[in-house]
Amino acid sequence: MVYDLTDNKMNIPLYYIWKNFLARKLTTGITIAGIALVVFVFAAVLMMADGIQQTLSSTGSNDNVVITRKSSSGEITSIIDRATADLISTMPMIQKDEKGKPLLTSDAVTIINAPKKDGGGLSNLAVRGVSENALKIRNKITIISGRMFTFGARELIVGKAIEERFSNIAIGNTIKFAGDNWVIVGIMDAEKSAFESELWCDANQLIQAFNRVDYSTLTFRISDNANIEQLKALFAGDKRLNQYEPENERKYFEKQSEAMRLFIQILGITITVIFSVGAMIGAMITMYAAVANRTTEIGTLRALGFQRMSILIAFLVESLITAFIGGFIGIGLASILQFYSISTLNFGSFSELSFSFALTSNVIQGALTFTGIMGFIGGFLPAVKASRMSILSALR
Amino acid sequence: MSMLKLIAKNSFRHTLRVILTIIGISIAVLAFGLLRTVVTAWSAGVAASSPNRLVTRQAISFIFTLPYAYKDKIATIPGIDQVSYFNWFGGTYIDKNQFFARVACDPETLFKVYPEYQLSPNEKTKFLSERNACIVGIETAKRYNLKIGDIMNIDGDIYPGKWQFVVRGIYTPRTKSDDATQMFFHWNYLNERMKTDYPNRSDEIGWYVVKIKDAGASATISQKIDNLFKNSRAETKSETEGQFQQGFVASSGAIIGAINIMSYLIIGIILLVLCNTMIMTARERTREYAVLKTLGFTGKHLFTFIAGEALIISCIGALIGLSLLIPIVQGFESFLPKGWFPVFNIENSTYIMAGSSALLVGIIASIVPIYRALNTRIVDGLRFNG
Amino acid sequence: MSSIISISNLTKVYQRDKQEIRVLNNLSLEIEKGDFVALMGPSGSGKTTLLNIIAGIDKPSSGNIIVADTNIATLSETELAKWRSRHIGFIFQFYNLIPVLTAYENVELPLMLTPLSKSERKNQVELALNVVGLGDRIHHYPKQLSGGQEQRVAIARAIASDPDIFVADEPTGDLDRVSAEEILTLLDRLNKEFGKTIVMVTHDPYAAKKAHTTHHLEKGDLLQEVSKL
Repeated sequence: MVYDLTDNKMNIPLYYIWKNFLARKLTTGITIAGIALVVFVFAAVLMMADGIQQTLSSTGSNDNVVITRKSSSGEITSIIDRATADLISTMPMIQKDEKGKPLLTSDAVTIINAPKKDGGGLSNLAVRGVSENALKIRNKITIISGRMFTFGARELIVGKAIEERFSNIAIGNTIKFAGDNWVIVGIMDAEKSAFESELWCDANQLIQAFNRVDYSTLTFRISDNANIEQLKALFAGDKRLNQYEPENERKYFEKQSEAMRLFIQILGITITVIFSVGAMIGAMITMYAAVANRTTEIGTLRALGFQRMSILIAFLVESLITAFIGGFIGIGLASILQFYSISTLNFGSFSELSFSFALTSNVIQGALTFTGIMGFIGGFLPAVKASRMSILSALR
Repeated sequence: MSMLKLIAKNSFRHTLRVILTIIGISIAVLAFGLLRTVVTAWSAGVAASSPNRLVTRQAISFIFTLPYAYKDKIATIPGIDQVSYFNWFGGTYIDKNQFFARVACDPETLFKVYPEYQLSPNEKTKFLSERNACIVGIETAKRYNLKIGDIMNIDGDIYPGKWQFVVRGIYTPRTKSDDATQMFFHWNYLNERMKTDYPNRSDEIGWYVVKIKDAGASATISQKIDNLFKNSRAETKSETEGQFQQGFVASSGAIIGAINIMSYLIIGIILLVLCNTMIMTARERTREYAVLKTLGFTGKHLFTFIAGEALIISCIGALIGLSLLIPIVQGFESFLPKGWFPVFNIENSTYIMAGSSALLVGIIASIVPIYRALNTRIVDGLRFNG
Repeated sequence: MSSIISISNLTKVYQRDKQEIRVLNNLSLEIEKGDFVALMGPSGSGKTTLLNIIAGIDKPSSGNIIVADTNIATLSETELAKWRSRHIGFIFQFYNLIPVLTAYENVELPLMLTPLSKSERKNQVELALNVVGLGDRIHHYPKQLSGGQEQRVAIARAIASDPDIFVADEPTGDLDRVSAEEILTLLDRLNKEFGKTIVMVTHDPYAAKKAHTTHHLEKGDLLQEVSKL
């Protein structure tokens, strides 16, 4: 070991740090494992919250407006009668398609039961009856196999997430509800939005089958020269329409998940705060022990000419390296979660919602910052202690 | 001096390290307790269920209604004591963030199927006699400062329109596992209005609650009820109240599962922290253990010393963590949307799990140090220099 | 006088990375009851290993060793532990006191293994501490004592269980001249007044002078015996 002492102001004995790592493999290994675990949980919670956020904010477009009944808690509880639907469909703010028809879909939304693949019993699925222009309005949706259903027939297209989670979902199979058999004719991809957890069919067929009369919601593409504020004012001012309210489609779906997202965020933050304190303490314990065990070496290094600051930085660097190794392992483990998706009951719509763990750059940044802070705070006090040792007492 | 005193003195030898370890463990126990409390709160409905109650709801989803006419048919089945019915009313009270159940019920039979909701005879009479009277659970009454005679204005969503109810009673739950946040009013009041405003939605109820005489007959009676309405417009699904509640829990299964996994990971972290400390500590005492062996102490004694020390640390950590749990849980509850979990208690099972985890962790963390201490030869131990 | 320690054809071999190191080479030795023996020799001569084997904290590779009428080479670890607590008192170069225990508690430590009651233990401890002349420092911690005082506590600890044989590994190695002299005088007293057998490993010829018999070892072999009366 040759130390370059010509510029001994800030020489940091890196080789020394590395050797010490190897010497205490077990305890260092345990500390790294602890930090990896903490970072994993931290990242996983962030990824879950981001995943929900992604699913629901990708559901719905900024170009679309949803009309629901005021004070309805979700599409299921909203009711729009036909007369009102006809009235709204004549409004000028609605963009028209190439045939001059309004780009508007009158949806009837309901729930059915279906058996899950994993033997988890029955679960609720959303069925959405739509109008002919539905795919033009919700243009993130593509049919990836089979075909779109025929209006007037009891046919369905099924979201990709449902095909993965529920049994007997395949083109050609039938699902029984409302006393009739509905044939699956296509599978749709909806860019991981909430629509991927839905079954779509003809709204009028749905209404008939369930002995209903009314629609649930209306969704249309707003024309370029109109804005949502105008629309809201219009509805509020009209006696026939003031029981209904328009909302930006994306914002509407985001709000549906607000409660769940909020819950996960609160839980996540609470756990993270608690964890981070714990991890720092774990790191501190290891570093203090490291310092205590190396008093002689510290004294020797100082006697050889290394400055106090160099010692401090050396131990701090060691702590940070330990932390970051753990941090990267934790992030690596968390990234595996991306291959899993979770489905749960969305309280807003009372039906299954699938979302995946999203490893966004936010999550990685957050996890790395978290790791750095843990390593720094955990290593700081012990590093200070190491640097403040007097040479004589250290060598004794 | 006694063995215990020796172990205790040794435990606090490296005060800073031991204190850090104890803090680390108490924090982890705290996190564990919080997560378990969330999980148990989610299943609180199941815990509060009675084996003598069946829930009959629309076969596809409870959000669809059943005809009122079913009531008398159900009542004809032998073994049934009471048939009661409810409609989920929902609506917006103050704003969309006030979560407590708002339910239309049959006041005559409500208390017969739910004897755990306790009301004074006076309040009961008043409640039964007034058309638009309502009762609220004591938690909700406290939260919104509601007193007898206060008006509750609710903006209906499922049942549109503006509704007004007068508080005529505040019920108290029999045990702390029972929901003390619900609001009940007359189903007749709801139905009258439906007859005028939305006639095709009148005479419909949300779900039936059936009290049976013998809990053992629950499966048979459930089957009989469902058979009555098979192949009709509205088929029913009947099950015990516990199974019904469990269905809700299962629907959020994935999230609960994730939380459970997290809580076990936390135990793992506690284990790692304590292992680390014990290994370091035992390593430093290698020479000392050798000296003790020379004095005649055997492996059994060393086991006691090391495991004793680990257990003292883990148990103190667990005690501190659990005592902090109570204020932390209260704080957490206050951050959540109001009424998100109607019942949010620290269950006994949580205390027991945390306590036994601490014991288990203490023992496991001792394994490597004990193994090393037993397998280091005396002469090597005496030569050890830290 | 009879032998309290009988060693015949004792060999100790270590395996280190495929190399065989012979630390003791077919050694034979008798130590009489009540003798004060010094074992001397250069580094690597095997004197400490011999001491460790006599004390029952190391086992020979082959040969016989009978200490206090017991063939200790055949005992199991648990039996050896029990045997040690009855027959051997240890004195180390670096005292090896437990830092969190007071002088009193350190001396009491070996008595925790006996069925004695608390008050009986108290008697033994106070007796031992009086013998070594530390009656007034009973409740001090090791770090509050000087090197010489610590060694005396260690000797008191060795005395407490009243063993037949005292085994000392460089007992004065870490002490100044004055303290060393005190310790040697104490050992001499244990030997002359109380009839205890003492086997001491030392580098220090001055310390060896206090012994009655000196054995020299070199590279695992026993050299000529030098007796002193």
